[in-house]
This record gives sequence, structure tokens and C-alpha cells, in this order.
Amino acid sequence: MNPLLNALLVLVLALNLFMLGTSRILTVIRMVTLQGILLGVMPLLVHEHAGLSAALASAAAIILKGIVIPFMFIRAMRDVQIKREVEPLIGFLPSMLLGALATGFALVFAAKLPLVGEHTTPLLVPASLSTMFIGFILLTTRAKAITQAMGYLVLENGIFLFGLMLVDAMPLIVELGVLLDVFVGIFIICIIVNHVNRAFSSLDTRRLATLKE
Amino acid sequence: MNLLSLHTLAPLLKLCFSGNPLVLLTASGLLLLASGMPACLFSRTSNTGQRITVLLMGTGSAIGLTGWFRAVSAAKPFFWMHPWSLPWGTFSIGVDALSAVFLLPILLIPALGSFYALGYHPQSGHPQSGRGLEFFYGMLAGAMLFVVLARDSVLLLMAWELMAVSAFFLATTDHDDPEVRRTGWIYLVATHTGTLCLMALFVLLRHIQGSFNLAALPANLPPPLPATLLVLTVIGFGFKAGLMPLHLWLPGAHANAPSHVSAVMSGVMLKMGIYGIVRLLILLPPLPIRDGAILLALGALSGILGMAFALGQKDLKRLLAYSSIENIGLIIMGIGLATLGRSLHRADLIALGLGGALFHVWSHSLFKSLLFLNAGGLIHALHTRNINRMGGAAKGMPWSAALFALGCIAICGLPPLNGFVGEWLMYMGFFRSMDAGLGAAWPAAGLAAAALAMIGALALACFVKLYGVVFLGLPRETGGAAPHDPAATMLIPMALAAAGCLFLGFFPQTVQPLLQQAVLLWTPSDLQPFPLPDSLVWISRLALGLTAVIITVCALLFARMRRQAAPNAMPTWSCGYARPTPRMQYTSTGFAQTLVALFAPLITPHIRLVRIQPPFPKTTSFETDVPDTVLDRIVLPFFRLTGRAFPTLRLLQQGRIQVYLLYIILMVTGLLCWVDFFR
Repeated sequence: MNPLLNALLVLVLALNLFMLGTSRILTVIRMVTLQGILLGVMPLLVHEHAGLSAALASAAAIILKGIVIPFMFIRAMRDVQIKREVEPLIGFLPSMLLGALATGFALVFAAKLPLVGEHTTPLLVPASLSTMFIGFILLTTRAKAITQAMGYLVLENGIFLFGLMLVDAMPLIVELGVLLDVFVGIFIICIIVNHVNRAFSSLDTRRLATLKE
Repeated sequence: MNLLSLHTLAPLLKLCFSGNPLVLLTASGLLLLASGMPACLFSRTSNTGQRITVLLMGTGSAIGLTGWFRAVSAAKPFFWMHPWSLPWGTFSIGVDALSAVFLLPILLIPALGSFYALGYHPQSGHPQSGRGLEFFYGMLAGAMLFVVLARDSVLLLMAWELMAVSAFFLATTDHDDPEVRRTGWIYLVATHTGTLCLMALFVLLRHIQGSFNLAALPANLPPPLPATLLVLTVIGFGFKAGLMPLHLWLPGAHANAPSHVSAVMSGVMLKMGIYGIVRLLILLPPLPIRDGAILLALGALSGILGMAFALGQKDLKRLLAYSSIENIGLIIMGIGLATLGRSLHRADLIALGLGGALFHVWSHSLFKSLLFLNAGGLIHALHTRNINRMGGAAKGMPWSAALFALGCIAICGLPPLNGFVGEWLMYMGFFRSMDAGLGAAWPAAGLAAAALAMIGALALACFVKLYGVVFLGLPRETGGAAPHDPAATMLIPMALAAAGCLFLGFFPQTVQPLLQQAVLLWTPSDLQPFPLPDSLVWISRLALGLTAVIITVCALLFARMRRQAAPNAMPTWSCGYARPTPRMQYTSTGFAQTLVALFAPLITPHIRLVRIQPPFPKTTSFETDVPDTVLDRIVLPFFRLTGRAFPTLRLLQQGRIQVYLLYIILMVTGLLCWVDFFR
């Protein structure tokens, strides 16, 4: 039980809700960056004697989520010249409430999961589930492709949190592989965002419905 | 790679020099499979490729027959197994008396049909479809051969699928016609529904036995298993055999395929379904009496309704197809009786039931091929399949008429020909079953004899109608060239099939040893086997005696006629009507009307009758049709209904990424809740 880890997890949860509540895309990118850096620190805190592999994973996560990906996002945003998420499917306040509800559900649900108690702080699993749910909410309620990509990243952050429980069991290579996947995914999304903008003169993914048969 | 290494080649070479008949049979199967391939290299418009195909089919069949004779004369089962590099099963093949019974039609009928096609479907006349037809025709024959030889369920299924798919391509040879395409699709759906059941069956067998080998199951299976296995067997193989509620693909596919294909499909391919049932039933543990009775009832249903539907048909080939359903019904009745015999430990019921059924398998493949090949010649000469437009064909086509008459007598089960022998064995079985303590099943066995009699009577009515309307009377359609007998290439295969019918009818005792061995496979080892020969010799004497009497009477009558003056040729008296036309003759529909009306609640004939009201009525028309109850009144309406209901599901396809992601989140949340609350 590490008090610092708990504090960080609470911060992650707060960032989640903050992300749901703001319309400025640049702010969301900063939140995601901050969340990424916090997650990057965590492998070092989960276990008392963190080895080389934890340090490596931590460094890779911080570099990727704290520097490379935000940089790509900001460039993409500059290319397509948008600043705000104007018309989400669900308003900002209702989606915040939904996020709070999902966090509550995650807490209740995690209490019922048959987990081995020793390697978890009580907040780790709920925070992970809640982050995943909030990533889903971002993905489903936002209309702009770039915000959805952010949702994808948040979803992955949730999975990363879950993976923290297994930091001993999971080999480093898997951890790095997952990070590489995220990187490639975001990379491709950033390219596609440009193309969507050019083809539809908008980043609104709802217009992609014209592609259905 | 693995197949070619010396390690695997050695046992193959050893096998080749061991004199095992399986070598010849496998070679024959491969030759049949490949027989259509060289023809693909020749020009579309030349007949050379087709002649090579016929030659290869003939050679393959001859090699196979040699192997068959060796296997039968050795009177013992042969088995050969070879592991192969495919993920499941082994290449294990074998031949025993049961396989041998079903091998004979496979080795004879397709070769006859291929020869027949030289006249019926020459490559030069069908540049578009001819080569494909030859290719799949050989493939069908070879695949059926491996179905019968396979002793491993994976190999069996592979051969089975090859057979089903080649038959699909054969049935849709004239795929320019939308009706042909429609029946082809129905066939494909039906056959794969059957295959689905077979996969379930073989997976279950593998689960019980731990291997894909087709070997007998332990006797003490827990309760739902034997019934499930039986149901899967009957449905899976019944779809191919055309057992009554599962026959829905059969009439259309047979009617729309070229005639020599119909002959092979009806004469041989349906029997593969029967083979599957006969093979699987001995693997199952002893079944309760109830199951035998159910098989009997299913057979009787197929027999009676098949014939009732046949009576209502006006399409020559659809009629023959429904009559195939009736014959399959008869065969299933025989198998049902044998199953009852196994449940009751009565060797005589097994021998007579199975003996009759297997004999009828041969008979049916011979006379139904004869009739289908003959129908092909008729359709060529008269340019229609509609019986109501034919008539008086006997004058121009005496050879066809004579051979068709022979086929009709055989199919009605009348004495001097082969159809009688199988039915007579079954009759004897049913009569012997009356005295047995059958308990709950006695009504089934008792009624079976009556059902058999009824089927015989209906068949007689149907084929009297068919022969009378097509060959006798005057031609209904005047104009065009007078019909004439088909070419010798088409008549010779018919004559050979007819000769087979006569031989089996007059000398059934010649096949008695093989039948007896097949029956022995079905007889449990603790029973004293029941010998068949007495009855068969008796039937032979009856047939010979009856023929002698008929010939004598005919000769006497002929001599008397010679002495009298020749009568004047006069038109038939037409009840005093002043201007009769050939169209006023009894039609096929009119002849069968009373019987069709009798079965109307079940076969639901579709009659469009226009009432003639005023004193000077206008020109009007009258139409009748007998659609297939199962297909046109139940299955297709059901599919149409579901087809209308399913597009509402397209509401789910919104095209928005957000909605699709919502589906995922709903699914995940639902699964989490399920884990949480219901576990």
C-alpha cells in the first residue's frame, strides 16, 4: 500500500472527469498528456523494489505518452485548424455526470471481482475500469475525429492501469509491444484525420455515415 | 512432401503387390474422378474430348468391377489405413459386403450415362456447358466411390462434400434458365443442411470414441445419446436420400438436370444417403423397438405421399423424381423392418428386411436409370417435358416404347422383373413379423404390409397413366417432324439397364451370396443367421414360369389373329362427337384426377377453375398444378417471411462510428453485469 500511488490514482480519476467537461481540444490534449506521465511514473511505485524492466517500461511510456503523442496531436490539430469540440452528441455536463456514474459503477463492480488482494491498492482496479469507461464515453459521444482519438488513448490508459497489477508477471516485451501498438494507432489516426478533413471538409465523423451501403 | 517420401511410399508399394482389391478400387475411383479433366484441354466444339472421357469412365469402371469381383469372391472384408498429413483423421478405406452392394451401381450407371451422353449431350452441340458437365460427372462418380469406401468419418465427409458440390454443378448445367438456378440453390441449401447434421453426428461419434474411425459404439451409452445419434443420422443422410419431409430439393433438381445426370442422381446418388443410414445404424447400440417403428412409418409416408405427388405431376421428369422418393420410402421400410429385427433378436426379419432393401437399391438404380435415360430421348424427340402435350409416341419410337414398358413393369414391382423381388422379400418379412411379440410396435409392422400394398397399387396407377398418355393414343401436338427413336448410343445404355432388370428379375439367386454376407453384417453374432436362398430360387422359378405362360398365350393369340381377316383401320369411337381432335384424349391430369382428389388435403393441388356462366361463353382456360407441399407451402413461405423480417435488423447498421462503439460498450457492460449478478 503506497500512499503516493493512491494519490496519483485519485488524480487520474479527476483528470478523467475534467476531460469530459471541457470543450477546448488543446486542454483535452494537455489532460491526456498529464495522465500519460502520471501513468508512466506508476510502475515504479507499484512494487517496492522496482527492477530494470519497470524502469524501462516507465521511461518508454513517459516518452511516448508525454512527448511524442501529444506532439503528433498538436500538429494534427494545427493542420486541420480546429480548436473546439462544438457539437458533441451528449452535452459536456451530462457526459461528466455519466462519467461520474461510470466511476461509481466501476467502484461497486471492482469490489465484487474475485481478485487476489495482495498486489493491488484498493483503488487500482476501479480507476482502471473507470478510465476505460470514460475512454468509451469520449469515443461514443464526441463528433470530431481528433477528440475520438483522444478517447482511444484514454481507453488504452485504462488498460495500462490494469496491466500494472501484472507488472511482475507480464514480460517487458509485451508492455513495449502494447505501447508500440498505441503509437502506431495514433500515428495512423493523425494521418487519417487529415484525409477525412480534406474529403469531407469537416472532422465530423458523423458524415462518414454516407459511406455505408 | 510428406506424401512422396520413401517412408510413406514403401507401404503403398507393398499394398500394390499384395493383390488387395482396394488397390483396384482406389485406382478406379481416381480414374473416375479425373475422367473429365483431359476433355477440358480440347476444343469446345469437338467431340474428341468427350470420347476420351467416355473411354476413361469405361476403363475406370472396368478396373473397379475387377476389384469388385475380387472383393466379392474373396468373401471377406478388406481394410487399409494410411496416416496422412491432413490435420484430422487418416486415409482409411475398406470394402465389405455392404460397400460392395452399393459399389455396383456406382461402377455401372455413371459409365452407362457417360456413353449415353455421346448421343444425348454431345460436346459439339453444347460448347458452353459440355466440358463442365463431363468434368463434374466423373467427379461425382469418383466421389461416390470414395463415400462407400471411406472408413474414416473425415474422409467420408470430404468425399460427401465433393459429391454434393459436383452434383450441384451438374444440376445447374443449363444455368441460363432462372428456374434451373433456383432449383440449384434449393439443392445446395438442402444438401448443406444435411451436411451440417452429419458434422454434428461425426463430432459426437468422435467425442464418444476418441477417434474418427467408423467403428461400433459401446452398448451402454447414457440415454439422450443413442436417440440423438439416430436423429442426426436419419436427418443428415435423409436429406441426400430424399426421405419425405426432407425431399424438398429432389423434384426440382432431378427435373432440371440433363437426363443422364438425373439418372445418376436418382439411381446412385440418393443411394449414398441410404448407404449412410445402413452403415451408421449397425454402429449404434441396439435401438429400442420404437425406433424401428418410426423408420417404418417414415418409409411408408415417403412411399405413399411420393407416389401421390407423382400421380399429380405433368412434368415427365418431376414424376420420375417423385417416384424415386417413393422407392426410397420402400427401401427405408425394409431398413426399418431390419432394425425391428435387431431390436427383437429375430434373424429372419433382419434378413428379409435388409435383403429386400438392398435388393431394391439395385433394382431401383437399374430401372430408374432406364426410365430417366428414356425420358431424355423422349424429351429430345418431342421437345417438351409436359406429359399432357405428348401422346402416341409408340408409333415413331418402338424401341423406346418397349424399353419404357419394361421399366414401368419393373418399377411397379410386377413379377417377372426385378422390382418384384425386393418387394416380395419385404412382404414376407412383414408377414413373419405379425406373429412376433412386437408389443407397442405391432401396429406399425402390421400396417406396413398394407402400406406396401397401397404403394404398389398407386405406382401401378401412376405408370399406367404415364405409359398410356405418353406412348399410346394419338400425338396431341400436330406439326413438326414425327418423333423417332433416339440414336444407338442412347438406346444401347437403356438396353443394358433393361437387361440388368431382366437378369435380376429372372435370376435373383445369383446375387444371394453377397446379400447374405451383407445381412450377416447386420445380424448380431449371437443369432442363428436366416438363409435367403429358398425364396430367391422360388421367385426365379415363378418369373420363368410366368414368362413361359405369357409367351405361350401371346403366341396362341397371335396365331389366332393370323387366321382371321385383317381388320380395317378405323379411328377410335368418340362417343358420337362429330369433330374429335387428339387434344380430347384423356390427359395425364384427367386420368389421375380421382386419385389426386383423394390425397388433396395432403398434396394440396392448385386448381384454377373458371366457371362458365353465360350462354355464349368466351374463350377461357383451365390450369392445374401440384406444387410440393413441403417446399412451396411450408419452407419457401417461411423463408420469405424471415426474409421480410430480417431487413429491420439493418436499423442496427447506422454507419456512425459512435454508434458502433456504443454497441461495444453496451456489450461489455452487459457481460460485466452478467458476470457480476448471475455468477
